[in-house]
Amino acid sequence: MASIVSYLKSSILSKVVMAATGVVLVAFLSGHMLGNTQMYLGQDKMNHYAETLQSLGVALWLIRGFIFLSVVLHIVTSINLKIINMRARPVAYVQKNWVKATIFSRTMLWTGVMIGLFVTYHIMHFTLGTTNPGSFHLTDAAGRHDVYTVVLLGYQNVAISAVYIAAMILLGFHLAHAISSAFQTLGVNHPKYTGIIETGSALVSLVIVCGFISVPLGVLLGFIKPVAVLAAGGM
Amino acid sequence: MKLTLHIWRQKSAKEKGAMATYQVDHISPDMSFLEMLDTLNEQLILNSEEPVAFDHDCREGICGACALTVNGVPHGPEAQTTICQLHMRKFNDGDALYVEPWRARAFPVVKDLVVDRSAFDRIMAAGGFVSAHTGGVPDANAILIGKDAADKAMDYAACIGCGACVAACKNSSAMLFVGAKISQYAHLPQGQPERKRRALAMVAKMDEEGFGACTNLYECEAVCPKGISVAGIALMNRDFLRAKLTYVETKTGGA
Repeated sequence: MASIVSYLKSSILSKVVMAATGVVLVAFLSGHMLGNTQMYLGQDKMNHYAETLQSLGVALWLIRGFIFLSVVLHIVTSINLKIINMRARPVAYVQKNWVKATIFSRTMLWTGVMIGLFVTYHIMHFTLGTTNPGSFHLTDAAGRHDVYTVVLLGYQNVAISAVYIAAMILLGFHLAHAISSAFQTLGVNHPKYTGIIETGSALVSLVIVCGFISVPLGVLLGFIKPVAVLAAGGM
Repeated sequence: MKLTLHIWRQKSAKEKGAMATYQVDHISPDMSFLEMLDTLNEQLILNSEEPVAFDHDCREGICGACALTVNGVPHGPEAQTTICQLHMRKFNDGDALYVEPWRARAFPVVKDLVVDRSAFDRIMAAGGFVSAHTGGVPDANAILIGKDAADKAMDYAACIGCGACVAACKNSSAMLFVGAKISQYAHLPQGQPERKRRALAMVAKMDEEGFGACTNLYECEAVCPKGISVAGIALMNRDFLRAKLTYVETKTGGA
């Protein structure tokens, strides 16, 4: 065990762990976002997708375990780095001005903490159903877990939607620095590609955040409709 | 020009410091920032007060001795300029200026605005060198080096070791300095024999000295008086990882 966590003593190895686990989490976020947008394809497609994921069985738990491990490493390493970094400057500047650092890069720890709290709530809401037991164990006409309606009922609550949208904006702040930063940490910095990496990273962050936000917004604005309304032919 | 100066005063490494406020008059816009401090010190000496200690040597922007944070920015507001080459015409009459030392655990304050930067020397001693033949002087062009490689090496070798990168970093990280030193050798054939050992040794020493870790804010690049690129940090990360994965210490006596 001691040898496994010895990387924490090295600044660069710690940074590499932050970047590598970050890459895993961005890949997960991209897949999760694409999955969510199936809410626009209707109840049948969405519930079929959810059932397909659940039917993976052991594979699903392996994937979940891998993502969970990445999250744990990401958090543990970041706390350790923060301690090292705080120790490195025992006396603060009386006046500090920033020349180049962005609001995104300077708030990584705080956006990270907020995202962590949000993810805990999010799992209790949509994975475990502990926050909403009355509207969680629903089944559709085909006898499948009616994820479509669970999501829809959740987002019809303006307060819950607001929390999701706010959390996704914070995620956007985090990703705006994180993605291009991971390239730099992993040693990818080249005059020919750095511009493309920075623009591409900003675009990927924007697409992920907009994709996630589009679902609660879609429900609130009426683009994603309850099944009863759809069945009645209401548009 | 009249200025209000808020300056960090600290008697020694062991004592706590605090800001002190001074008024200076008759500052010429043509003075350098250090000449302005000289004027303040003459004033303090006339009043039988302790003058402000600050580091300086060449006052030409090439030695790396001067080290002042002005209004929260190492080397002050002008890009790619050491504080000794910054002139008072860049400020306005009546300005209030905050003058502080480099702030890092690895750079303890010696007195007032003077910090001990020998941690950089120890990092260099750990691996910032190449092996060279003794004996006769080698032919200058015996080893051919492409113009691109020579230029890149020179860009990194422009580092004067002033420590502004550490001072600007919110984590007091020395990665721009170490990245520059590793990169200047990595681009040259002479730097290859010790390349892996150098990356491991210099990074280990950097961590041991108590510098923080980089979070890619790139403040270091923005304040560097020599405009060293953070691409050097990426190169250091690559070299360090490659060495970590592949370097094996050879036993002595391989004849």
